[in-house]
Amino acid sequence: MRIKAQVAMVMHLDKCIGCHTCSVTCKSTWTNRPGTEYMWFNNVETRPGPGYPKEWENQDKFKGGWEYKNGKLRLKAGGPMSKLKNIFYNPDMGTLDDYYEPWTYDYANLINSPKSEHLPVARPQSMITGKYMDKPEWGSNWDDDLAGGSEVVPLDPNVQHLQEHIAMEYEKTFMMYLPRICEHCLNPSCVASCPSGALYKRDEDGVVLVDQEECRGWRFCMNGCPYNKVYYNWNTHKAEKCNFCYPRTEAGLPTICSETCVGRIRYIGVVLYDADKVKEAASVEDPQDLYEAQLDCFLDPFDPEVIAEAEKEGINNEWIKGAQESPIYKMAIKWKIALPLHPEYRTLPMVWYVPPLSPIMNHVTNEDELNTDGYIPTVDQMRIPIEYLASLLSAGDTEVIRKVLLKLTAMRVHMRSVNVGGVDPLSESKLLEEAGIDVETVEEMARLLGVAKYNERFVIPTGRREMDDDLYYQQGACSLEDLAPPEGVVTAPFERRN
Amino acid sequence: MEGIFWWVIFPYLTLAIMIIGSIYRFASNQISWVAPSTEFFEKKWLKIGSPLFHYGILLAFIGHVMGMLIPIEFYQWIGVSDHMYHFGAIYGGGLAGLMVVAGAIILLIRKMTIDRLRIHATFADWFSVISLIIVAGIGVYMTIIYNTTVVEYEYRLTIGPWFRSLFIFQPQYKLMLDVPLIFKIHVITAFALFASIPFTRLVHLYSAPIHYPMRAPQQYRSRSAFKRKGI
Repeated sequence: MRIKAQVAMVMHLDKCIGCHTCSVTCKSTWTNRPGTEYMWFNNVETRPGPGYPKEWENQDKFKGGWEYKNGKLRLKAGGPMSKLKNIFYNPDMGTLDDYYEPWTYDYANLINSPKSEHLPVARPQSMITGKYMDKPEWGSNWDDDLAGGSEVVPLDPNVQHLQEHIAMEYEKTFMMYLPRICEHCLNPSCVASCPSGALYKRDEDGVVLVDQEECRGWRFCMNGCPYNKVYYNWNTHKAEKCNFCYPRTEAGLPTICSETCVGRIRYIGVVLYDADKVKEAASVEDPQDLYEAQLDCFLDPFDPEVIAEAEKEGINNEWIKGAQESPIYKMAIKWKIALPLHPEYRTLPMVWYVPPLSPIMNHVTNEDELNTDGYIPTVDQMRIPIEYLASLLSAGDTEVIRKVLLKLTAMRVHMRSVNVGGVDPLSESKLLEEAGIDVETVEEMARLLGVAKYNERFVIPTGRREMDDDLYYQQGACSLEDLAPPEGVVTAPFERRN
Repeated sequence: MEGIFWWVIFPYLTLAIMIIGSIYRFASNQISWVAPSTEFFEKKWLKIGSPLFHYGILLAFIGHVMGMLIPIEFYQWIGVSDHMYHFGAIYGGGLAGLMVVAGAIILLIRKMTIDRLRIHATFADWFSVISLIIVAGIGVYMTIIYNTTVVEYEYRLTIGPWFRSLFIFQPQYKLMLDVPLIFKIHVITAFALFASIPFTRLVHLYSAPIHYPMRAPQQYRSRSAFKRKGI
């Protein structure tokens, strides 16, 4: 047993209102420098849709993640030898056009324009070339709230698992938001793809980072990450990615996306896992077993044996206590209502999602007399097809999604009967039995999902400063000064630094 | 006197600039040490130009090792006749040189015509590509045209021994005095190009990640010395 601690996140999609506040605050914190304009460490996608970058889930195109072939786990884009062969030209990597050409507007023209017959306009101006753009045609959330249309839907690989008509029939259209950040995987394929060894997983908290000194810009991480969450800075020619706001989490604060989340959908906490089990878990044959295999990697933070072993590994009491109170442990491991995004990529991602409930498609006729068990079939008639959620969150296993939706439905029904009355008690119903939980858990869940305060949603033990080698030396070590112009300088689109 | 400048002082000066400059840049500004790819902006032409150029350079490098570093006596010893050697050098070297020149010209045109690339190209970028084309172009001319039309010049008796003598710090500059002018120009421009390496994108030639296949796929790194020291 080799215990490591991982700082992880759960997003409760039911509460996401698609406001993009997470994206905006993340951007203004991390990616507002020349070379990073097109990057969104955090982005919110409307589903169904092509996402950002376009068609990122299409691994026939980007060849991201791992594949299990002939009893061996290997990078889908090819191992080290094939990477060295392709080092002068990476056939699988996306270009700026797969993301979008970032632009600003020529606002100065509104003020400086000479007197004219027509109102002056602020023309869009490319932040790559500085030239005027006649018409911006795509952006990171260009299809925001559209969720379909005959142009966009075919670009969503998840829809191919559905019968086409479900997505395209007007009466059956559906929509959900999917906020995405780096998954800080247990088995990161970006790290394995890096020829320089510049990408690494931090021992203390599992955050995946790029060493800006060591990165040589070989670019295999870009498409090696199946979530396409490693970006290429065209100005510094180095890779950059979401760093889980480690300067904040080390201080016990949530990431900026979580801190500013309007719907309070995000939860952060620590989980303990056995690093020796990771490879085995990523190598199970059936992709639908990956979810269970990943769950098997996690350790019970209340188990005295685990605690003793963790202490031996240098994980201190504060972190063990953090793991015990972790909202992630409760949602993902104890209650099993949070699921990993695309487990079939075999990276064992660590940002998990509680799937959203959605309105029932059919009219419920005798609603007044409806008993609790009457809600069981409603799970199968929700507007967002279970198949679609399964394609996102359980490698196509609809039973896993159904179970989670039943638990969430049971929670709703129970809280309604507690607060409003009118339905028979949950404790005697079959709904509870099918969902596989008890009333106590349901109430605990309702509290964490519905009313939990800041300190319950974010249980983040601080980084261990007593372990640092030389604090004086590290002063300013995570600064972006070498990469970014000093604060306050207007970054003209065509301004560059070497 | 002139001979001493071009075949003793100049090579040592340029190599010193290359070595000291590279070490200085690595130590002081590693953040700028990259293979500055533009594939992210354009990959259709890069697909042809970049592999052509880079594989050509690798072949040309092997060719130069064969011609400059390996003494003619070695070839005689293993029984490669002068004719056989030059036959191989003209075809093999010619092909490598053409690959380099063709690849670099494609990359240069690409850089000139595509807005996203041209606007972000620096003086150093233009300098590297153009001087590579000049040096490689002269090399191709020597290998293919000069060798076949003027004279099959035996550089393994002059330039080769002189080049090796630089590394034992006993430069035999007299060997270079009667070398044909076109060969002299190739050598001098090449050394000038070496001197420019630390100041341009060419530094990435030191960074070939050959250790990659040997290392473990997953990399853990501790934030502190706590674990390393096992306190």
